[in-house]
Amino acid sequence: MKPVDVIRSRTVVMADPNVDTDQIIPARFLTTTSRDGLGQHLFADHRFEAAGGPRGDFVLNRPEAAGCQVLIAGDNFGCGSSREHAPWALLDFGIRVVISTAIADIFRSNALRNGLLAIVVEPEAHRRLLATPGAEICVDLRAGTVSLPDGGEARFEIERFARHCLLEGVDPLGYLLGKEAEIHAYEENSPWTQ
Amino acid sequence: MTTPLTTSTGRTLFDKIWDRHVVVPETEDAPAVLYVDLHLVHEVTSPQAFDVLRRRGLEVRQPDRTLATIDHSIPTAVSSWKNGLVDMDVAARNQVRKLATNCGRTGIRLYGVNNSRRGIVHVIGPELGATRPGMTIVCGDSHTTTHGAFGALAFGIGTSEVAHVLATQCLLQRKPKTLAVQVDGRLHEGVTAKDLILAVIGQIGVGGGTGHVIEFRGSAIEHLSMDARMTVCNMAIEAGARAGMVAPDDVTFEYLAGRCMAPRGAAWDRAVEDWRSLSGDPGARCDACVRIDASALEPQVTWGTDPGMVAAVTGRVPTSGASPRALEYMGFSAGEPLQGRPVDVVFVGSCTNSRISDLRQAASVVSGRRVAAGVRMLVVPGSQETKRQAEAEGLDRIFAEAGAEWHESGCSLCIAMNGDRAKAGQTVVSTSNRNFEGRQGAGARTLLASPLTAAASAITGTLADPRPLLHQARRIA
Ligand code: SF4
Repeated sequence: MKPVDVIRSRTVVMADPNVDTDQIIPARFLTTTSRDGLGQHLFADHRFEAAGGPRGDFVLNRPEAAGCQVLIAGDNFGCGSSREHAPWALLDFGIRVVISTAIADIFRSNALRNGLLAIVVEPEAHRRLLATPGAEICVDLRAGTVSLPDGGEARFEIERFARHCLLEGVDPLGYLLGKEAEIHAYEENSPWTQ
Repeated sequence: MTTPLTTSTGRTLFDKIWDRHVVVPETEDAPAVLYVDLHLVHEVTSPQAFDVLRRRGLEVRQPDRTLATIDHSIPTAVSSWKNGLVDMDVAARNQVRKLATNCGRTGIRLYGVNNSRRGIVHVIGPELGATRPGMTIVCGDSHTTTHGAFGALAFGIGTSEVAHVLATQCLLQRKPKTLAVQVDGRLHEGVTAKDLILAVIGQIGVGGGTGHVIEFRGSAIEHLSMDARMTVCNMAIEAGARAGMVAPDDVTFEYLAGRCMAPRGAAWDRAVEDWRSLSGDPGARCDACVRIDASALEPQVTWGTDPGMVAAVTGRVPTSGASPRALEYMGFSAGEPLQGRPVDVVFVGSCTNSRISDLRQAASVVSGRRVAAGVRMLVVPGSQETKRQAEAEGLDRIFAEAGAEWHESGCSLCIAMNGDRAKAGQTVVSTSNRNFEGRQGAGARTLLASPLTAAASAITGTLADPRPLLHQARRIA
């Protein structure tokens, strides 16, 4: 995974709360055995008419959304399924940061493992971001800051290990493989492992 | 090696299981390395994980701690199986074949297409006795929370983590907080575990459990069967919780005794003694607590597009505060009564409500009656074993005589990626767990309910309170 550090981009706003993973990528696209190319199905039922044509009124289809890498989402984004296809689809579409007041546990962990910054900010900062679609903002992972549209910045925290992996491009599987001695000792010495 | 939590109030069930599985304790800089006792695998979330291992030249560390099945993308219509699954989607077929290849290559036991014990992953784990108290259980599927009903710590993971567990049998995890959901009182007749968990989600909200493991406690929980406890824990994820758990007790042990993967003889006695020690210490406290009075509950149904948008079946859509978007999608208006809503499809199935007692409940309402004209009712057992049991009890005939479809096991209309789906605009009363937009087919409208409510709605052709039908049934009998 490529290191993530500073991302500058205009924002796209989807204010609905509780956007679930079935909206992000409907289940019928999960029969793939690859993780590539899922961006074409991102928010499929919102982006496209049943007949297949794009819905002009959906925010990601508007011309000003082109090239935006930051999604300002409503509360509790990513609830529902554990499908990692959700962050894969967002990344493949070009979204690199999701900002909300709350992000579902499994989605957040899936996102961070793939280099998609899933960020929680205070409600007041969130309100300002929601109110200013298309604002040019800067997300600085090292500093833990998001610049706000009307000046000032919001702080965010990312779990220390995930942050380290993102900044340094460290692979968590490699880290786990490095614990082989401890895992082996555990397997030898734990009477309750059934 | 482990890091017991040293609070004066003692440890909860969750604390005890967590502590036992810590391989490397967590620090400020790194999460804990947590050992996984049982890894469940299915066709949809595993192919990319096996690819990671292959690319990196890694082996599956513990094939014996891994168990695979096919459930999500497999058709369930009897006609599909009679025709040798010729109508199966090409991509789905490829996915199923890939799982077989991956399991064959790595030595993982697969309950595949021709296996008589295949079924929904969260149904067969318990049924086989693979799910046991005190275990850590993970699967690339959010409803892994189901297994917490046995006093296990069980949660869903993403595909990257599936690769981690395949390769190392471990996960990197920060210790979550705990939320006690204390349910006292007794459920009235006609009110089920499904109604209970829907009411809990209605109370705490779909994000109410985020960052927490829920421990379900109290006299109402203790009185539930294992099937019912699984229904409750299944939907812990719908409140955003990492996991749901119930302390193991005699109900748990009775369920497990004699199951094919459960210990036997002296090993069984030792296991039960150990499992008894897992219950929370007296005075052990969770980080948060909510209370529910089971005796105050009525049958519940969702009216919106997330499982927190829920009301009593005898009630109405909220008069204020309902999401306009959800109302529009569902075709409801604020303040509208729920009963009487015309129904197109009724689905009894999914890892929430496809076990034998769920099928018995649905059959008890349907028995001697006819599914209303114009309503399609699908009954989809959670596993082939459950299907055989139901057939031995004659439940399949009850459903068939009523005009309902009896299917092979699988996820079916819960997820609509296997040929079973509802059409745009149709109203589905469903015993599954998610009423998200499009979950049961693009544009389909899902009302989550218990097997009793679903069956009653199939008979009346409109969303219905099952209780009057229960009483009529008894009078007839
Ligand atoms: S039945 Fe539904 S919720 Fe359960 S595992 Fe299958 S798709 Fe997921």
